[in-house]
Amino acid sequence: MAVTTLTEDLGYTPNTDGVWSWLTTVDHKRIGIMYGVSALVFFIVGGLEALLIRIQLAGPNGTLLSADAYNQLFTMHGITMIFAAIMPVAAAFQNYMIPLQIGARDVAFPRLNAFSFWLFLFGVLMLMSSFFLGGSPDGAWTGYANLSTQVTEFVRMDYYAIGLQLLGVASIGSSANFIATIFTMRAPGMTMMRMPVFTWMSVVTSFLLILSMPVISVGLWQMFLDRNFGTVFYEAQASGDPLLWQHLFWVFGHPEVYVLVLPAMGIISETLPTFSRKPLFGYAFVVFSGIAIGFLGFGVWAHHMFTAGLSPVAEVGFGIVTMLIAVPTGVKIFNWIGTIWGGKLTLNTSMLFSIGFIAMFIIGGLSGVTHAVIPADTQQHDSYYVVAHFHYVLVGGSAFGFIAGVYYWLPKWTGKMLNETLGKWHFWLMFLGFNLTFGPMHILGLNGMPRRTYRYPEGLGWEFWNGMATIGSFIIGVSMLVFIWNVINTRRKGLPAGNDPWDARTVEWMTTSPPPIHNFDRVPVVRHLDELWHRKYGVDEEGRAVPLPDGYVEEPAFVEEAGGIHMPSPSYYPIIAAFGLVTAGAGLVFWSSGILGVGMLVIGAAIMLWGVVGWAAEPITREAH
Amino acid sequence: MTLGYRLIRPSYGSYVQRPVANAGGRRRRSVSRTLSVVPATVLLAACSSTLPQSSLNPKSAEARQIDDLWILVLVLATIVFVVVEAALVFAIFRFRKRKNDDREPKQIHGNTTLEIVWSIIPALILVAVTVPTVRTVFDLRSPAEGDVVRVNVTGHQWWWEFEYPDIVDDQGRPLTTANELHLPVGRTTELTMTSADVIHSFWVPPLAGKRDLVPGHETFIKITPDADRAGEEIPGQCAEFCWLSHADMRLLVFLQTESDFAAWAAGETQPANIPTDGLAVSGFETFKAICALCHQAVVAEPDGTVTVVGEALAPDLTHFGSRSTLGARVESNTAEHLAQWIDNPSAVKPMAPDLNDLETGRILGMPDYGLDDEEIAELVALLEGWS
Amino acid sequence: MAVATDDVFEEHDFESTADPIHRTRKTAMWIWLGSEVFFFGAMISTFLLYRNTTNDGPGAEIFNVPFTSASSFILLTSSLTMVLADSAFQRRDQRQGRIWLIGTVGLGLTFLAGQIFEFTEFVEQGLTLSTSPFGSAFYMLTGFHGAHVAAGVLMLSLLIAFSLRGRLSPDHGMNVELTALYWHFVDIVWIVIFTVVYLLQI
Repeated sequence: MAVTTLTEDLGYTPNTDGVWSWLTTVDHKRIGIMYGVSALVFFIVGGLEALLIRIQLAGPNGTLLSADAYNQLFTMHGITMIFAAIMPVAAAFQNYMIPLQIGARDVAFPRLNAFSFWLFLFGVLMLMSSFFLGGSPDGAWTGYANLSTQVTEFVRMDYYAIGLQLLGVASIGSSANFIATIFTMRAPGMTMMRMPVFTWMSVVTSFLLILSMPVISVGLWQMFLDRNFGTVFYEAQASGDPLLWQHLFWVFGHPEVYVLVLPAMGIISETLPTFSRKPLFGYAFVVFSGIAIGFLGFGVWAHHMFTAGLSPVAEVGFGIVTMLIAVPTGVKIFNWIGTIWGGKLTLNTSMLFSIGFIAMFIIGGLSGVTHAVIPADTQQHDSYYVVAHFHYVLVGGSAFGFIAGVYYWLPKWTGKMLNETLGKWHFWLMFLGFNLTFGPMHILGLNGMPRRTYRYPEGLGWEFWNGMATIGSFIIGVSMLVFIWNVINTRRKGLPAGNDPWDARTVEWMTTSPPPIHNFDRVPVVRHLDELWHRKYGVDEEGRAVPLPDGYVEEPAFVEEAGGIHMPSPSYYPIIAAFGLVTAGAGLVFWSSGILGVGMLVIGAAIMLWGVVGWAAEPITREAH
Repeated sequence: MTLGYRLIRPSYGSYVQRPVANAGGRRRRSVSRTLSVVPATVLLAACSSTLPQSSLNPKSAEARQIDDLWILVLVLATIVFVVVEAALVFAIFRFRKRKNDDREPKQIHGNTTLEIVWSIIPALILVAVTVPTVRTVFDLRSPAEGDVVRVNVTGHQWWWEFEYPDIVDDQGRPLTTANELHLPVGRTTELTMTSADVIHSFWVPPLAGKRDLVPGHETFIKITPDADRAGEEIPGQCAEFCWLSHADMRLLVFLQTESDFAAWAAGETQPANIPTDGLAVSGFETFKAICALCHQAVVAEPDGTVTVVGEALAPDLTHFGSRSTLGARVESNTAEHLAQWIDNPSAVKPMAPDLNDLETGRILGMPDYGLDDEEIAELVALLEGWS
Repeated sequence: MAVATDDVFEEHDFESTADPIHRTRKTAMWIWLGSEVFFFGAMISTFLLYRNTTNDGPGAEIFNVPFTSASSFILLTSSLTMVLADSAFQRRDQRQGRIWLIGTVGLGLTFLAGQIFEFTEFVEQGLTLSTSPFGSAFYMLTGFHGAHVAAGVLMLSLLIAFSLRGRLSPDHGMNVELTALYWHFVDIVWIVIFTVVYLLQI
């Protein structure tokens, strides 16, 4: 297709060099890259935390870590992996891919997007600074009251209460942004039911975040107020109820689990059709089962509380809804198998990770069903069996899915192909290491090993499988080194990708790799689900795909732009506002230290106000066209 | 393989499972030993175990009910797993791209009938699981029947307080002990549980699923140990993260015949004697001056007068010498270990006594009082003598 | 399959191409308000859980319902002035719009003053943050609502400032309609809070 460059029509010529251009960028692609790089760095941090934990537990009575250090490490491992690695890597994909997948030039609110990113980054950095300033949160990522409100002498759980609060604001901001983008900025003809599944799943996760984050926000404020202002929300001695926290936390926490996994499900719903050379089997069912999972996800929170002594009637109700979730989840898995069934599979790295996702998610899903069997769950709850379950969902599921996405889309981001040989080493090492690490944990948990224990005695029969798990965790570590080496190596040696290296199906592959700042020189007019595929292939009498003749395009194929493209100008107000907000948050963390806390709060609030007012007063270059 | 071995050596405390006359040959016992194929072993590992703290080694009516349910769901899940993974693996090998095949695949978009089928089949399987699940939930939560032993359990950071309200001493004080729970076999015990500080969870996997101890709430659990299990010692531990010594908040359950249990209870409701000779005499003075700030003991003067010494903020020490472990089962109860404990408690298990506040009753561990070796020896003599 | 990929291309499919920034922003504001519903919902749930947990301290009997009814009326009136401000700006009548905005700010501040007065009274009668879960939940819920009103007052003040500098048009980062949406939402939340906290307790 003929491509004319419209750069000369850009309302403004972006400066893309130097640190300043990154700090002030409002380009969704650059923000996506920054999310991705941050997520990778934090993933390494979380991984190192995990390795320390595994060394400690390799044998009985481990002495590498003190109980105190261990508690900080496992708490931060959970927080880091969930809030600083998986969620932001999802945000990276969503930022970069959503506008490209729907044929938009940017997200709806580019500056809000930048603000969300900087708030996330500064928020995580503040959380991690706790390692050096007063100690890290040590009350588990679930932060159960009233343990989390018990020791107010340490600021550790204040980092938790305020840090998650800030990350929550960032998530709500970017979610509102994605929804607005998807609802109002799709290319002509791109109906909701012609959207790629990844974008669809992003809609679902955005809604989940929008509706669940405020609930945990209330819980976090209550925790913070209990710790610093003498409220008694969770103080049993003053008739407060610690179980309230569990309800608020899991009303957020369970949807959050789907926030972590639905985007990965979206990704493999893109890769499987591409590498099977067949459309996604049951597109509508995959989409609606995703919506159903999100919807049901709000009705199952108490299945995390089956040992808390709720009424049996309530337990049974929550158990049944939990089982119900298995149905849409199964539908997704069957549709993925249906997609590759009868296809022509290219088993490259991206495809291997996608298939690995299905294979591992089946295990995680089935062990999830066993949690719905309430009496059995009273044995599994808070044991290593649960640890095994959610790692099968979040590593074998989410992480595999996102890695499949990296191998799939990195050529689009960089214009270069990742090395397939290294990729396969990466997959097989990770697959082996993953199963060796987390498979045995099922057995450990059933054999009575509770989670969150910094040591265990000899003689309970836990030594062998713990040793295996530790070996496995180091194999995962090696596989990640292979991955990072592969990514770095690609910068120098990667083969050129071209626009459409996979002979793919969706419109993001119609633009250059990497795409220009305005994404598409000409925005395509969409007539089909898998629009690009339909521009390349028709079907013969048997229903097999056949290439269309060169130059065959239904008209109008592209939107005729009138008056050129206007892209938003860079702005430094988002980073200022985010910095101010995080500074104010740090002030709250140190509230109990008096003047230091108050000072940081006031200064932070002032900086934020400057950022917000400047932001509001700043003219937007973008205009409706 | 880890499944094959049995514990023969008391290595950590004395809870260790002793070889038991295997009356009636309990089911699913030794199968695992004979198989070495890894997947089969893993599956069997999920079915049965001889490990002392394993949920797959049920020794009570309630734990067996749970285990039966687990076996059912495990079998169903395994069938689903095998079928679905087999379909996936078959598809990968059957439909991978072959050389010399230039034909494109048929572009199939879906099949509504299939969608309905694979929605309904899982739903049916789930119904098959739900029905026994619901029944078991209500069963396990129904009130205990018959001649029930009642125990009030209070969780503390990081120890367990057990009170038998129906077993009282001559002055009407209920039997109170710590960290070691004695239960008669063949009879139902109902535990009524709460917490003095943060949330804990009572978990003795061979006897019952876990139940949380929530401050401000009362929770219940039933245990009916199998009649042929008398003489066994079963380890358990706290399963809800409760900070520093969560890993070391363990307990030990002694299953006893009715007569052994009665004998034990009779001994426990006797006061300890105030020593009249030996090292223990000065040990008792130290006890009154220091230990009694938190610990309690019911003691009898030589003339038979019974008094209570100390505060009930930490484990009752009246019959400390009769316990087989100390520090919530972190060590076996020997003079040497007790001396180490008194000398520096936080070195035996991590605690935060610096944060103690006796006024509000917040106790986060036993402080190191800097006693010299002689004082420690005296205290050891006193406490080990209180059996 | 319900969704064939070979759907005939139809004219109405083009509707989504329109990208009025206005519509986009309004969508986002509604989403934000949806989030706020859950925020207040969680706090109202907490309050309902603890509504009778007063630890023998002061409870609902200390509420001065006539007084709070009056301040509620003031807040509701501010929604009316907000509507008038909005419609004035729609007519591009900046001067009139400013006057109504100032009125709205005034009413909002009056409401806040009433809340501060009320809090002081309650503290004097012995209801503090620490008295009971009832006290904690009451102050948190009404306090966070007050903070929302205060944020609204700040936004309105910014609008007035922008208007004075002649920089208030739909193309600028902030616009009257969105602020109005927010302001009405905060008012509606107050009606719910007033009903649940003050009226249901009698």
